[in-house]
Amino acid sequence: MGTRKKRRAVVDAGACVACGCCAKVCPVSAIEVWRGIRAVVNGEMCVGCGRCERECPASVIELQEVQP
Amino acid sequence: MKKRWYDYLWIVELTYLALGFFNILFAWLGLLFFFIPLIISAVRGTKGYCNHYCGRGQVFGLLGGRFGLSRKKDIPKWMRSKWFRYGFLIFFFIMFFQMLWNTYLVFAGVQDLRQAVTLLWTFKLPWHWAYHGTLLHPGVAQFAFGFYSVMLTSTVLGLVTMVLFKPRSWCVYCPMGTMTQLICKARSGKG
Repeated sequence: MGTRKKRRAVVDAGACVACGCCAKVCPVSAIEVWRGIRAVVNGEMCVGCGRCERECPASVIELQEVQP
Repeated sequence: MKKRWYDYLWIVELTYLALGFFNILFAWLGLLFFFIPLIISAVRGTKGYCNHYCGRGQVFGLLGGRFGLSRKKDIPKWMRSKWFRYGFLIFFFIMFFQMLWNTYLVFAGVQDLRQAVTLLWTFKLPWHWAYHGTLLHPGVAQFAFGFYSVMLTSTVLGLVTMVLFKPRSWCVYCPMGTMTQLICKARSGKG
């Protein structure tokens, strides 16, 4: 059985509008809006479920595989 | 996820729009939707309003999400560019000041009260049933008609982009959101 690589959400900080839609749907509260400027992901907590990526109205979040 | 009291603010937004249909003077209450976000960003340096309290965003989230009225496609890149967001903010400002100017003209007695709601800055919708005359100056009503036009126009734009793109696409180019983010950036730069 192949092992799935761990993935985590990455925000394009320059394009983020800081609406907070991502934080609302994160099941583990791993993403928050920092100082009303941009969303910031806590890499340790992120489980890579992709809910924030689907929700983001600006589509500036993508899941990236984490290097071991 | 546990629901908080502010998750029901979509009711306030819908009530606001409904009240303006019956009595245009309720449109004045919409100033709260302008001042609260600005105060939160200026005082606390956060987009707390967008993040938690925006009833309009919640309406789009519900209609586009739970009710499935959104294609849930990516917004075009140009619509999330700074050029478009800041350009739309400036355009919105110009239109807002034009509305204030019209209000001033009615207050000054130069222009008569126009009992219409202007949709998308172009289409004049009859709205005379929502104004029955009051002891107040007609200028008070003119501002209400103008402000309600702003609110209805932005709701319609938000609904269109909700259907075409993701539910809360309006948040990408919402002038209040852009403005509060700019305030937060300015504050952060200072501190």
